Amino acid sequence: MTTYLDHAATTPMLDAVVAEMSAAMRRTGNASSLHGSGRRARRAVEEARERIAAALGARPSEVVFTGGGTEGDNLALKGLYWARRTEDPERTRVLVSAAEHHAVLDAAEWLGEHEGAEVELLPVDELGRVHPEVLAEAIARDPGRVALASVMWANNEVGTVNPVRELAEVAHAAGVPFHTDAVQAVGILPVDFAASGADALVFTGHKLGGPYGVGALLLGRSVEVTPLLHGGGQERDVRSGTLDTPGVVGLATAVEITVADAQRRTEQLTALRDDLIARVLATVPDARLNGDPGTGEIDGGPSRLPGNAHLSFPGCEGDSLLMLLDAQGIECSTGSACTAGVAQPSHVLIAMGAGESIARGSLRFSLGHTSTQADVDAVVAVIGQVVERARRAGTAAGVL
Amino acid sequence: MRVLAAMSGGVDSAVAAARAVAAGHDVVGVHLALSEVPATLRTGARGCCSKEDAGDARRAADVLGIPFYVWDFAARFAEDVVEEFVAAYAAGQTPNPCLACNQKIKFAALLDKALALGFDAVCTGHYARLQDGVLRRAVDPDKDQSYVLAVLGREQLAHAMFPIGDTPKPQVRAEAARLGLRVADKPDSHDICFVPSGDTRRFLTARIGVRPGAIVDATTGERLGEHDGVHGFTVGQRRGLGLTRPAPDGRPRYVTAIEPETGTVRVGPATALDVRTIDATAPVWTSGEPPAATFDCTVQVRAHGGLAPATVHVAGDAVAIELGEPLRGVAPGQAAAFYRGDVVLGSARITATGA
Repeated sequence: MTTYLDHAATTPMLDAVVAEMSAAMRRTGNASSLHGSGRRARRAVEEARERIAAALGARPSEVVFTGGGTEGDNLALKGLYWARRTEDPERTRVLVSAAEHHAVLDAAEWLGEHEGAEVELLPVDELGRVHPEVLAEAIARDPGRVALASVMWANNEVGTVNPVRELAEVAHAAGVPFHTDAVQAVGILPVDFAASGADALVFTGHKLGGPYGVGALLLGRSVEVTPLLHGGGQERDVRSGTLDTPGVVGLATAVEITVADAQRRTEQLTALRDDLIARVLATVPDARLNGDPGTGEIDGGPSRLPGNAHLSFPGCEGDSLLMLLDAQGIECSTGSACTAGVAQPSHVLIAMGAGESIARGSLRFSLGHTSTQADVDAVVAVIGQVVERARRAGTAAGVL
Repeated sequence: MRVLAAMSGGVDSAVAAARAVAAGHDVVGVHLALSEVPATLRTGARGCCSKEDAGDARRAADVLGIPFYVWDFAARFAEDVVEEFVAAYAAGQTPNPCLACNQKIKFAALLDKALALGFDAVCTGHYARLQDGVLRRAVDPDKDQSYVLAVLGREQLAHAMFPIGDTPKPQVRAEAARLGLRVADKPDSHDICFVPSGDTRRFLTARIGVRPGAIVDATTGERLGEHDGVHGFTVGQRRGLGLTRPAPDGRPRYVTAIEPETGTVRVGPATALDVRTIDATAPVWTSGEPPAATFDCTVQVRAHGGLAPATVHVAGDAVAIELGEPLRGVAPGQAAAFYRGDVVLGSARITATGA
């Protein structure tokens, strides 16, 4: 019996997605072929594009299919940078938030190391949020030289939602294109591409009940991006590669279902999540919740991802907690990026000003569409003894 | 028992874990991340520490059907093993980092954490036998690693498992192949795991810097040449002295003593290497206490070879060893391990030698 509480890593595929993809996998056809089979595949792809556009407030021509979130972020960051710098070689400033996912941070860093970019990390507050004034100030230091700004819609570790609409406005006021990594947001928060004002928005299928390895970059019609992948130019001449028809169909189905269901699920997950947090804090009084408390509202949605409970347990090491919970069938995450399976101290928590002990001893429980009260109860039942044991191991290892 | 199997990604620790599983224990595999900047792929004869090695360990755990985690001990390893290693060389000694790793990491930091988390024992792929707290040499004399385990005390051994010490290496490989472990034919690791190039002198120079000194004749005191630092030398070393002038008698010269205070390296003929007494410190006894204040045993002064009958006198932290026959190449910093037959009695760190 597994208690799966790692939906922010990947969430179970929806039955309807599996069914549609399975049917699509039995049909032959390259969407770029000119015959009947090709036209059938093309129709499925274009219908998927339209369904996604309709669900997310974009135009079909603004949907660029990709191989997932990392590719989308790399294409947005590097593509925008190259295109903007080509227009004006002075534009080499890249502004990204310090709490971004590595798909954004490392792409920016690469631009710094290889393409002459001056990468500036936008500081976040103690909740992990980028304030519009911070972006405005950063741009104002030398507005003419900013190539792009990138701030994630919602943080994958601590769940804090950023004021994307305001941030995009600030960027646009200075003529700077704005990208947002919305991998954790789409299908969960109300995401409307046009209303957000973002020029580029990235999401991926497997975080919302769709397939792995398929995602999309929503790219404004007037936004120039230099391609990463060269070839057939299948996607708006911005992204080449034979379209993954079953994947794209599955992605569209997942987006449609989750977006339609988002409000109901937000209420349900918020209730479960708040119950989990309250009861864990009652059992382990010195534990603490990281990120936004979730009581506010941003752009018509909650100020924290409804399924996210990111908690620190002082004196414990995250890997001990994770192993002990795993042994009880409870699956969660230490919430930070891994190198060869080693959890690194979270750059997000460090950017939020957390000390080493908080950064090392944290767990992210993330709930999703299959989560139940029984999952919450399972965590609450064991968390006390798990923390106690991990704390003994932490003392043995010299962790404060 | 709940057993934590330390899995390096090599064949020995994989088979050790397999045997713990076969013995009916509840086994969890853990790979220790010991490098702060792990390489992506293994190169040369480095036996651990790359991401590829972590992946090999993970695949072995998959095949054995046990949970698997990577635990980060890189900071502890850097402090307790690598820095100590560098400091000992800078002080003119010849440390064995595998001893330090067993004493400070595998059977200290790792064991303590494992016990706190509810495990009963740590299992490794070392070639040694351990039964009822008695540590013995492995049956495969070429592979015997009891020397690097002789630093473990009674409490540590009480929670250790060395399941492959009773098996020769070729049979361990055959067993791995039978079990479907992909690492069955993975090359043996050599050298020091944290010196990627295998060039220890360059590794040390990068950390210690160039500290020039003289190479002098041990008997005449004549200055024979220069060197870039005492860390490039080990007592008993013959190669790499960089001396252009041959010895008057035409025989090879060896490092006979290293004096870090003055940066002097003394060289002399092979006969000057003969050691008949050894002073050592910080003894560890596998049974928890020395067999007697004075006892006879066989002493081993380096990982491979260097055995002699000896009488050992123990007075608290100080150990005086009288050798029954002279040994050559006895380097301060190495451990003197004490054996009775194939049973390990304990060890102490060599501080000085006498002729």
